[in-house]
Amino acid sequence: MDLNNPIAISVRGVCNRFGDQTIHDGVDLDVRSGEILGVVGGSGTGKSVLMRSIIGLKPPEEGEISIFGESMTRGDEAAQLDLRRRWGVMFQGGALFSTLTVAENVQVPLREFYPQLGKKLLDEIAAYKVVMAGLPPNAGPKYPSELSGGMKKRAGLARALALDPALLFLDEPTAGLDPIAAAAFDELTLSLSKTLGLTVFLITHDLDTLYAICDRVAVLADQKVIAVGTIPELLATDHPWIQEYFNGPRGRAAMAAVDREGAKGA
Amino acid sequence: MEGMADFSEGESEQGSVLRLHGRLTLAGLGDFPQRLDALAAKPLVLDLSGVDRIDTVGAWLIQQFAERSGARIEGAREDALRLMSLVRRSEADVRVRPEPPNPVVRIVTEIGDATMVAFKTMLGLIAFFGAILVSSWALVRHPGRLRMNAIVHRFELVGVKALGIIGLMSFLIGIVIAQQGAVQLEQFGAEVLTVNLIGRLTTRELGVLMTAIMVAGRSGSAFAAQIGTMKLTEEIDAMRTIGVSPIEALVIPRMLAAIIMMPLLGFYATIVSIIGGGLFCWISLEIPPVTFVQRLQEVIPLTDLWVGVLKAPVFGAIIAMTGCFQGMQVSGNAEEVGLKTTAAVVQAIFLVIVLDAFFAVFFSQIGWI
Repeated sequence: MDLNNPIAISVRGVCNRFGDQTIHDGVDLDVRSGEILGVVGGSGTGKSVLMRSIIGLKPPEEGEISIFGESMTRGDEAAQLDLRRRWGVMFQGGALFSTLTVAENVQVPLREFYPQLGKKLLDEIAAYKVVMAGLPPNAGPKYPSELSGGMKKRAGLARALALDPALLFLDEPTAGLDPIAAAAFDELTLSLSKTLGLTVFLITHDLDTLYAICDRVAVLADQKVIAVGTIPELLATDHPWIQEYFNGPRGRAAMAAVDREGAKGA
Repeated sequence: MEGMADFSEGESEQGSVLRLHGRLTLAGLGDFPQRLDALAAKPLVLDLSGVDRIDTVGAWLIQQFAERSGARIEGAREDALRLMSLVRRSEADVRVRPEPPNPVVRIVTEIGDATMVAFKTMLGLIAFFGAILVSSWALVRHPGRLRMNAIVHRFELVGVKALGIIGLMSFLIGIVIAQQGAVQLEQFGAEVLTVNLIGRLTTRELGVLMTAIMVAGRSGSAFAAQIGTMKLTEEIDAMRTIGVSPIEALVIPRMLAAIIMMPLLGFYATIVSIIGGGLFCWISLEIPPVTFVQRLQEVIPLTDLWVGVLKAPVFGAIIAMTGCFQGMQVSGNAEEVGLKTTAAVVQAIFLVIVLDAFFAVFFSQIGWI
């Protein structure tokens, strides 16, 4: 990842409040094209709220958000609708439409934005996207209720990738997965982002994911983004939360795992 | 539009060439796939050097076309090659929808399924009734285990909070009966009999029946949804592990509340209906309230009141039982809660009306007419 890449998402001075409760108080964040940015923070620090603000589900009370130079907070409906074609979102539980099969779920955004595509091509696109997201071919005609948690996430990813977006939002992609499935999902995210040239905004609690695939990590705490950088850069800061997060027992275990991998590779 | 995906046919020393140019992306496709399909000639070479941008859909189309026509791909940039290899790896026989079943088989299966479900529900309801009786007997022997707080709380939810809506409904029904009755009876010059119509119809039938339908919609559905949600969140399992019987803690208070509140609500509904009808008689038929009440006393036998009040607790029991039973049947996902809640209301209203028919015949037979 190159630090000179153009900025894909720019967040400036964003404030979010629910009643008296302030979630964000002046959040600044830049996501560069082509990077995988991990967003971490304790429970309730508003990681998901930040994502919802960026994709326009919860307009912030104050501040400025722009994606590919196009403002999400101001600016006209048409431009924002156009922006929506350029990103895909995978929600925590997959958020699949329960009355449609997996393949039909993948077709929903395609039908919505490109109604002129023929039925045959739509079916073909859905078919290869399902396989691309790492699902077995027989998952296509299944309904979400017939899928396991890991498969639901992959189906959610297939739908997020339906429009060949430039930007991918992943909300806790490995939460609730067993370690093998979580590692496989990390690998899939990494290989797809490299092949498709994706910019990934990834919310996670999973230290292994951070070490394995994230180019940079942003830390949300005290209602702000307190630090952004590679993990070594973050380790060099002396913020107590960051130190506890990365140097706690789990953080050290994840780091040790990376070192072992590195030793094996070398 | 500028830069849209397009192609031109040409010749080179290697044979016929199809030159692709523009944006081979979803947004840039337009009618490109259709035109590509309609192309009769089979080029030997696919030249991609004019392609500005490409995504997986474009890569898929080229990949498929090259395979069909056996053309060689030339001039592809690194990103195009990468995407084409990705879609080639992802090619598999994936069906979009499940195979539609044979219609005859489907109809027979559906009838069979529906029959099985109906029988299982009936059996389950009987078993549930049995479980309630067992728990009730345990509570009779150990009355200290009765949860008075929960019961009183249910009284409020089922009874007190329903007063407004049941009152309004009954008042309007009283007016409608009086108005429609008066219109018909006027033709025989017997509009004074409107009082008989209002008095007897509301006390015997409508007061309690309409209340039962309203309680089924309000409280029966709430019981099913509450217990169903508790089942989903494993609260019921947690109760069982702690040693609390869910029937004692959840079902009995709701049953008692419905059984005790239904006659009170039914009586209240009857009175409000009569007030509504009386108001109409006063304004429209010029029967003063005093006369109206006197006539009511003359025409309504006390047994009419008993007919209404005796039915009510049975209806209450049926509503609470179907609500709690359906709630207990929830398993799996949140969608089930909605389905079971609907089933609870439909079954409760159905059973109430069937029982009401039995009661009507029964009370007539024993001479309460």
